[in-house]
Amino acid sequence: MRHLISTADLDAISANLLLDTAERLKQALLGREVRKLPTLRGRTVVTLFYEDSTRTRVSFEIAGKWMSADVINVSARGSSVAKGESLRDTAATLAAAGADCVIIRHPASGAAQRLVDWGGSINLAQRAPSVVNAGDGIHEHPTQALLDAATLRERLGSIAGRRIGIVGDVLHSRVARSNVFLLTTLGAEVVLIAPPTLLPVGVADWPCQVGHHLDAELAGLDAVMMLRVQAERMRGGFFPSAREYSIGYALTQRRLDMLPEHAVVLHPGPMVRGMEIASLVADSPRSAVLEQVRNGVHVRMAVLYHLLAGAPEDRG
Amino acid sequence: MASSWRARGDQPGVVSTELLSAADVARTIARIAHQIIEKTSFEPSNAADVVLLGLPTRGVPLARRLAAAIAEFTGGAPGVGILDATLYRDDLRRRPARSLEPTALPDGGVDDRLVVLVDDVLFSGRTVRAALDALRDHGRPRAVQLAVLVDRGHRELPIRADYVGKNVPTARAEQIAVLLTEVDGRDAVLLRRPQEADRQGGTGRPGGTG
Repeated sequence: MRHLISTADLDAISANLLLDTAERLKQALLGREVRKLPTLRGRTVVTLFYEDSTRTRVSFEIAGKWMSADVINVSARGSSVAKGESLRDTAATLAAAGADCVIIRHPASGAAQRLVDWGGSINLAQRAPSVVNAGDGIHEHPTQALLDAATLRERLGSIAGRRIGIVGDVLHSRVARSNVFLLTTLGAEVVLIAPPTLLPVGVADWPCQVGHHLDAELAGLDAVMMLRVQAERMRGGFFPSAREYSIGYALTQRRLDMLPEHAVVLHPGPMVRGMEIASLVADSPRSAVLEQVRNGVHVRMAVLYHLLAGAPEDRG
Repeated sequence: MASSWRARGDQPGVVSTELLSAADVARTIARIAHQIIEKTSFEPSNAADVVLLGLPTRGVPLARRLAAAIAEFTGGAPGVGILDATLYRDDLRRRPARSLEPTALPDGGVDDRLVVLVDDVLFSGRTVRAALDALRDHGRPRAVQLAVLVDRGHRELPIRADYVGKNVPTARAEQIAVLLTEVDGRDAVLLRRPQEADRQGGTGRPGGTG
């Protein structure tokens, strides 16, 4: 593995390898006084964030540091990006400065892939950095999907054959897209549940089912993943009012009771309590929100391990 | 993925000699168990003071068998666990990323206990070095000892075993294959040498990773 751009690039073998590695890293660190592994000593990891983030950035930084990589954080604010430097020049600068891995979050879909393409053309003595997509526009967020899968595997015991509902603003959600590919690759059945205005064009071609009525689907789900309504990406009316959205698609206590006993509630965060998820539900033992964050660190360690620890497989 | 160096079935172009039969393996394990009891002054009343940590892959069933033998001989069961040292290896960058094996320490960890690392073959000593480093991050044992079924020589580090099942002088091009029922379906120790004996070879690192 050289880069991680999309979960569609992962086959079942490599996806399971990443999840197994994450689980073993978690075991290896469990109850330890010294949460530090020497595995990535001397490797330099740069997080390049053009959008705000708490959990993704922090967990990538912790993941790198627990494996002894040198982690440097660059945010658009406070860097030369604010002076007008292009993404391409910033990327070339980081590569020239010696980054082994660039973790990028960018508002434009496809930004991470551009970095990979440019890496091949930048003429450097050393090899181009590995690129990890930490969210590009409304395209993909592969490590989020991996940590969701890790959490589901932990809570449910298995993913194959499970039915998982993804509810809410699918249109603007890179999390939904990454999860649809990954979870179906792992053998799950995915159903997207959203008002028609919040489903992307072409969703019929995705490897999943589509529904519009949350209440009708709940009883058949093993897990329900609530998505945040991404007001910052919305121009125009996607639904009449926040209240009306909540009535149709929020996970309330009443709806929680309609889920099977074993079903798990996931949310990629940040949660807007009262909008897509009721506070009581978010804090209930059925919710795995904080486990998701914890697993996020181990999953990102696994990704960095497989990208950076071994011998280079190819140059380019 | 480390599949090629784990292949322990019969291979074409390789001559295999059986060094230990299934009965020999059983006897050897019993002998090492007795030596551990003697050398650690094993007390059934304080059995958890001794912890056997198997190094994956075949050190794990070996550690379990040693613990079972010690329990049979003394009536006290020592702690057993698994220590995967892959993340501490010094040759990670020389090959594609390896998959990790599980790690599981007994309840109470390793602090102030006597830890016996258990592996199938002692070769370069690099796996044991990595395991010592890993162990240090898990706690501070009172002492650490090493038990191996076969010592084949060719040490690259100042490491020696406290308990050795069998010393086997080997050429670098030869391979020692320890077969255990839990992993391979039968018990045996084989010496394998390539038919066109390339005794000076040894550029590769066949079998027994250390």
